[in-house]
Amino acid sequence: MDELIIAGRSFNSRLMVGTGKFASNEAMVASMEGSGSEIVTVALRRVDVDNPQDSLLNHIDPKRYLLLPNTSGARDAEEAIRLARIARAAGCEPWIKLEVTPDPYYLLPDPIETLKAAEVLVKEGFIVLPYINADPVLAKHMQEVGTATVMPLGAPIGTNKGLRTRDNIAIIIEQAIVPVVVDAGLGAPSHAAEAMEMGADAVLVNTALAVARDPGAMGVAFKKGVEAGREAYLAGLGKQQDKAEASSPLTGFLRSEPNR
Amino acid sequence: MDIIFNGKAREIQDGICIQELLDQMQLDCMQVVVEHNNNIIPRQRLAETPLNNGDALEVIHFVGGG
Repeated sequence: MDELIIAGRSFNSRLMVGTGKFASNEAMVASMEGSGSEIVTVALRRVDVDNPQDSLLNHIDPKRYLLLPNTSGARDAEEAIRLARIARAAGCEPWIKLEVTPDPYYLLPDPIETLKAAEVLVKEGFIVLPYINADPVLAKHMQEVGTATVMPLGAPIGTNKGLRTRDNIAIIIEQAIVPVVVDAGLGAPSHAAEAMEMGADAVLVNTALAVARDPGAMGVAFKKGVEAGREAYLAGLGKQQDKAEASSPLTGFLRSEPNR
Repeated sequence: MDIIFNGKAREIQDGICIQELLDQMQLDCMQVVVEHNNNIIPRQRLAETPLNNGDALEVIHFVGGG
C-alpha cells in the first residue's frame, strides 16, 4: 500500500483540498467527496454576529477528514502563532498549516516570519506544515526546526498557473527528509500530475476546485491526476533527450537497403 | 457597559459572563473560540469569566480557506 505518512499518521489520499471560495457548502462537500481527500484546510475568522452563517463544521465529518486549520491572514510570526493557538483551543488536533503572507497582492509567504513561527509552534507541540516559497535552502531550515512537511508553492495562491517554480521544487524534493506537498497555483489536474510525477509526496488544491463549473467533477479529475502522477513516478519515467529514438524496429523495412 | 467585540465597540448588559453573552448572541460555544483581553478562554471557563467595562473580546470560528 502506497501511503502518505505525515508525522507518523498514514493517509491513502495524496490530495489535500481547501474549503475556501466555494459558491455553497454543497459544492464544497461535493468537491471534497469527489477528490477522495482525507485532509481539508480551513481558516479562522471573526464571527459576524450581524450576519449569522451556518457553521462550516456542520458540513465536514471529523471522522472522515483531518481538519487542517491554516493561519491565513497572519502578517507576521506573532499573528500566526496566535491563530495556531486559537485553532488548537477550538478542539482541533494540533496540526497547523502555517502561512504568513504580509503582501496582499501576491500573497507570497514571508520566509523569515514563517521560520520564526515554525520554531515556536514545533516547540509547543504543533505538527507544522509550512507554506513556503520554492526555496530549497529555506525548506532545509524548516526541516531543521522540525516541521512535519514543507509546502512549496507552484505559483501564487489562486493564480491557476501551475508549476512555475518547477526547477526549485525538484531540488526541494531531492533534498527533503519530510514529505513535500506542493501547494498553491495548481490550476489543472495536469499540474497536479506533473508535481506528483516529479516525486512530490502530495499536493494541495483549492481555487481550481472552487471556481470549477462542477466542483464535484473537478474533485474527481484532480484525484485522477494525482493518482496518475504518483503511479508514473513509482513506475519510473523515461529520461528526456534531444535525439529521436525509434519505438519501432529499424530493420526489416519493405524497401531495398543500399549495400554497406 | 461597553466592550470591544471583534474590534468594534458594543454595548452589552452589565455584569454578565462570557457564556451569557454568547447565549444572548445565539453563538454555540462549541463552534467558537473566545479570546478575552488577548487570553484564550477554555470552553469550560466561559461561564466563570465575567466581563468588565472596556474589555476586549474576540469570538472566532472556522470558515472556508485554503
